[in-house]
Amino acid sequence: MLQINGLKASIDGKSILNGIDLTVPQGEVHAIMGPNGSGKSTLSYVLSGREGYEVDGGTATFGGQDILAMEPEERAAAGLFLAFQYPVELPGVNNANFLRTALNAQRRARGEAELDAVQFLKLARAEAKRLSMPDDMLKRNVNVGFSGGEKKRNEVLQMALLRPKLAILDETDSGLDIDALKIVADGVNALRGPTFSALVITHYQRLLDHIVPDRVHILAQGRIVKSGGPELAHALEAGGYAAFVPEAA
Amino acid sequence: MSIAPSGPLAALKAAADAYVADYQARKTTLPGDSHVRAESAALVAANGLPGPREEAWRYTPLRPFAEAQFKPTAKAEPSAALLARLPQVEATRLVFVDGRFHSELSGVPAGFRVTTGEPAYGTLARPAAEKLVALNTMLAEDGAAIHVPANTDAGTVLLASLATGAAVGFHPRHHIVLEPGAKLTLLDVTIGEGEYLNNPVLTFEVAAGATVTHLRTQDEGAGAFHLSTVYAEVAEGGTYDSFALILGAKLARMEVHARLAGPNAAAHLNAAQLLGASQHADFTTIVRHDAPNTASRQTVKNVLTGRSRGVFQGKIEVARIAQKTDGYQMNQALLLSANAEMDSKPQLEIYADDVKCSHGATVGALDADQLFYLRSRGVPEAEARAILVRAFLSEALDPISHEGARAAMEAAIAAWWAKGGTVQT
Repeated sequence: MLQINGLKASIDGKSILNGIDLTVPQGEVHAIMGPNGSGKSTLSYVLSGREGYEVDGGTATFGGQDILAMEPEERAAAGLFLAFQYPVELPGVNNANFLRTALNAQRRARGEAELDAVQFLKLARAEAKRLSMPDDMLKRNVNVGFSGGEKKRNEVLQMALLRPKLAILDETDSGLDIDALKIVADGVNALRGPTFSALVITHYQRLLDHIVPDRVHILAQGRIVKSGGPELAHALEAGGYAAFVPEAA
Repeated sequence: MSIAPSGPLAALKAAADAYVADYQARKTTLPGDSHVRAESAALVAANGLPGPREEAWRYTPLRPFAEAQFKPTAKAEPSAALLARLPQVEATRLVFVDGRFHSELSGVPAGFRVTTGEPAYGTLARPAAEKLVALNTMLAEDGAAIHVPANTDAGTVLLASLATGAAVGFHPRHHIVLEPGAKLTLLDVTIGEGEYLNNPVLTFEVAAGATVTHLRTQDEGAGAFHLSTVYAEVAEGGTYDSFALILGAKLARMEVHARLAGPNAAAHLNAAQLLGASQHADFTTIVRHDAPNTASRQTVKNVLTGRSRGVFQGKIEVARIAQKTDGYQMNQALLLSANAEMDSKPQLEIYADDVKCSHGATVGALDADQLFYLRSRGVPEAEARAILVRAFLSEALDPISHEGARAAMEAAIAAWWAKGGTVQT
């Protein structure tokens, strides 16, 4: 599904990614763990097409397509979704309208019929209920006045409605209490299946107790330094990053 | 010793003299109060037009206006395209074409009175203080006098000005009176084609407990000059509630004088200016709190593209007697191109000691994080920009309670965006 080879990227001339090699097959959930400054968020932004990042080398393909050459909205329509570490507030934009605009833009780009307001609301209310989100979160402005947990749930709601082929979750666990963490994890787990892949980026092992990954990769200094099964996360939790990142010791 | 004026001042003087000459040639045929008219003619002859050295006009030079000469024309018919731009709302229509009342396009009021055929001068305008008002008073030929009796809801009136272009100049003069407890929603739409001058003056007398909602759409032709002045005097417990959508004209100035004359009177002077190419639009307000417990609200939003220039000047004057005044003023500009410019000048003059007055001004570009957030959800860039621009305007648009008017304004904004509001970087 996602194939990254030798990916190098920099911001303002400063090298952040120094040759990432990573493959996430269809239907698998992979976790990327790493200390602060290892390049976790940069990887998610480069893959989703945020401006300001310079790709200095390597390739990234998604379902065989060169995603680095695509606009952010084209990547989204192709099935890529980024759950933001810090979801952005959109004052003056109604959450339900935002979600419907996004969903219909993607459907349009894929040549599918758009949903009308009634069809959409029925769908959105059902998904919101599954995430224990009050209905009024759909009526409020996007993320404005939302608590940290509500913002993250709103990200998962978007993911549930947009049904991506690959979701990148950028520290979705940060700022969540255990109840919110479980709700978010349940939301992700509900999407798991043969046509859904995810890249779960996290600093802590905690989230991975609830979203159990097929593979775990350790990112340090812009490279994957170790890959393994779910047990790798536990080893990290016990021994810290020092065992895998000599310089951090 | 006097020095002969040159440059812009000479052009303004020549233009004023030409307008006075036009008045002199036609004064015996002009309708209405010839005495009021003659007084203003003397003012125009003596004072001329506003010049760049006047503080109130330093951001809005009238030289481009002074370089053209605009005259009234014979009766003209508006094109079908122009008529189609009128909002489709349930309303009593009062249609003026090139400044003259057009009875066949207009409706008949029920429950309130409308008089046309001559300027409705009223008593609130101050031609000695405002030079364009003197020009209007001198040359006004027609207007609507709208009178809403006490405790009567006149519903919605569509006051439309259609201009057919071809260097026509007109100076409509409307006077609106609301007796105690009366209500009126006035949709004030000024549209046209080509190059012309629209210099209207509207005066509102809002009696105790009366409410007038004044919803304005200025969508004049691309070569037009729109120079309007509004005076509103609000008595105890009355409200002058206005919103102006400013889209058109080459050079526009909307000046609003609101006086809160009785306790608990309120004025809302909200506006949205959406400008592109080399348009220049100036929204100037003077709110005078002359009684205790009065409130004024101003939310003015500007979206500027191309080489356009937006101006906001907002003055709040609080008299010594006007304790517990609540004044709020916010001016925000979204610059969508590097060559657009916003000039903002708030002024507070407060003589009472127990008041709450706040003002603020911001200028910025579209937020890159917000844009990326929308695009990362699959919304194409142009649509994402349109969503963020509309969101920026919502604080000024959302308080409009008249659904038909708001829908018409939303459509006008969407059309503006579709035809050229897109970013020119």
